[in-house]
Amino acid sequence: MTRGSFTRANIARTLLLGGFMLFTFAPLYWMFITSIKPSDDYLAVPPVWFPTEPTILHYTAALFAYRGFDGLINSIIISLAATLLSTGLGTLMAYSLARFNTGGQHLSFWVLSQRFLPPIATVLPIFLIYRALGLHDTHFGLIIAYTVFTLPVTVWMMFAYFRQMPKSLEEAALVDGCTRWQSLWRVAIPLAAPGIVAAAVFAFIACWTEFFFALILTSRTAFTLPTVFRAFLGFQGAQYGEASALSMVSLVPSIILGILVQRHLVRGLTLGAVRG
Amino acid sequence: MAHVTIKGLHKHFGAVHVVKGIDLAIADGEFAVLVGPSGCGKSTLLRTIAGLETASEGTIEIGGRTVNDMRPRDRDVAMVFQDYALYPHMTVAENIGFGLRARNFPKPEIETRVRRAAKMLNIEQFLDRLPRQLSGGQRQRVAIGRAIVRNPQIFLFDEPLSNLDAQLRDEMRSEIKRLHQELGATMIYVTHDQIEAMTLADRIVLMNAGQIEQSGSPLELYERPRTRFVAGFLGSPKINFIRATLAEPGIVFTDGQTLPLPESAINRYKNHLGKAVVFGIRPQHIDRSGIGRTASITSRIDLVQPTGARTYVTFAIGGEPVMAELDAHDAGKPGDELKVAFDLDHFILIEPENGNVL
Repeated sequence: MTRGSFTRANIARTLLLGGFMLFTFAPLYWMFITSIKPSDDYLAVPPVWFPTEPTILHYTAALFAYRGFDGLINSIIISLAATLLSTGLGTLMAYSLARFNTGGQHLSFWVLSQRFLPPIATVLPIFLIYRALGLHDTHFGLIIAYTVFTLPVTVWMMFAYFRQMPKSLEEAALVDGCTRWQSLWRVAIPLAAPGIVAAAVFAFIACWTEFFFALILTSRTAFTLPTVFRAFLGFQGAQYGEASALSMVSLVPSIILGILVQRHLVRGLTLGAVRG
Repeated sequence: MAHVTIKGLHKHFGAVHVVKGIDLAIADGEFAVLVGPSGCGKSTLLRTIAGLETASEGTIEIGGRTVNDMRPRDRDVAMVFQDYALYPHMTVAENIGFGLRARNFPKPEIETRVRRAAKMLNIEQFLDRLPRQLSGGQRQRVAIGRAIVRNPQIFLFDEPLSNLDAQLRDEMRSEIKRLHQELGATMIYVTHDQIEAMTLADRIVLMNAGQIEQSGSPLELYERPRTRFVAGFLGSPKINFIRATLAEPGIVFTDGQTLPLPESAINRYKNHLGKAVVFGIRPQHIDRSGIGRTASITSRIDLVQPTGARTYVTFAIGGEPVMAELDAHDAGKPGDELKVAFDLDHFILIEPENGNVL
């Protein structure tokens, strides 16, 4: 122990961080424990802090009896496809808005204003349109819907990114011998990579956790992971074990994603591009 | 190498008329400097030549071809930007070779050319570095390297030195001048710095409010300015403008002191006798050594600014401040009475209403 490790500031800091850790991890811990507890222990008093006989029954039930595994696969397909479409289109749209002032001031704001609309206002018309077009309960239908919902935010994130990127870099590329497309592809996009990654993460999380539209627009085929949770709340009680097990499963892709992109989320690639 | 001909060029940005009818011919191999205060349209003119802006009216020819509708890449010009505009995700070598790669040059050729350009600019040892690992001066060299490696018809420089500190700026200025001598290429260079304009240019194109005020060799503009604006823009310290009246014996200042004019000058300006004029004389042409030989003025010293060999002394004539560049050891001190002679081989008279030199 070095001198000063028991100063008031240190103690306060430790307590604060400890409290925050508890606040963050306690629910996760409880979820994990519940997912491996026998059913009788869910609501036991005093609480069971660690089950003496852990079980994986809830996992197999949630994944297979309740089709959680199918939901997981659907969620992965739909979220990934919508994320790719949304960031791809969003990046191009944002570039156009930022560089060519497409649609004047109003178009860019109109894009964002699409988020002002409460989802409940659009879900019924969309449901009816989807029924008529045969898009109901299809992967494609939900991918389109999620792309549209996430576009305003990806466009705005990328819009902000392109606007702060010095125009002279692309101009230099144009004079150097690039076409517009080449200057976008070889200069603007590589420099916007951190922004694109951030927008993609945002879009993916929004798709991954979306419940309402998935509930209305899918039934037996294209249902996503969040909609599976409905089944765990019945008239005769809640299946806490299964719900916790599936929650644990649903965390895995987010954690993998987080680890993969963490490095890219750090901005600063453009630093040093210009000026001295 | 090519000449550039601009005819009747106008550029509007919405309602703002930035370039207002430019006619300009730049000869093959000439170093032309577009200079003027900020907002005078010089950068816009340069960007229009590069093809980064489209002309609202008029034509631009490079090497005899009209390029108005050509993309920047097809105009065979290279440009050095004020903020260097180096691609931050590429190494120095990749930056320099970028234009060649975009034009699908064979790899070995790109490599030799990049090496040659780097050698010319003394940046060979930095080829593997990223731009952010370089100093401002080194970045500027890379930006120039990116231009020369392509061997373009025209070099365009958009205030390339304005982000550098004073010492580096002097160094790079000589470098650019040397480069022009070595390459013999046509260069068009934009700056707001009159020293850069004077030192670099074969020809200065002095712009003001979207139009060419005067164009010619540096000395021509310095010694025979056509307008008050040109006289005031070039030269350091700035030329003195003193209100006066032209009368039979000579220039009569508002405090009554008179500079008798030689006969030849009286004849030259005889149509303006009795009229108000602005008398313009550069601080270098006001001196003590000429007293007795040429017309002199008496005043009191207000301000003394030594610069080393010469000292700038400010005094007033008829309430208007006048600066003289005097010998450092003969400058006097504030409050002293001062008698100075005006070298009447070097003065201009300006019509007060329109600013034209008579």
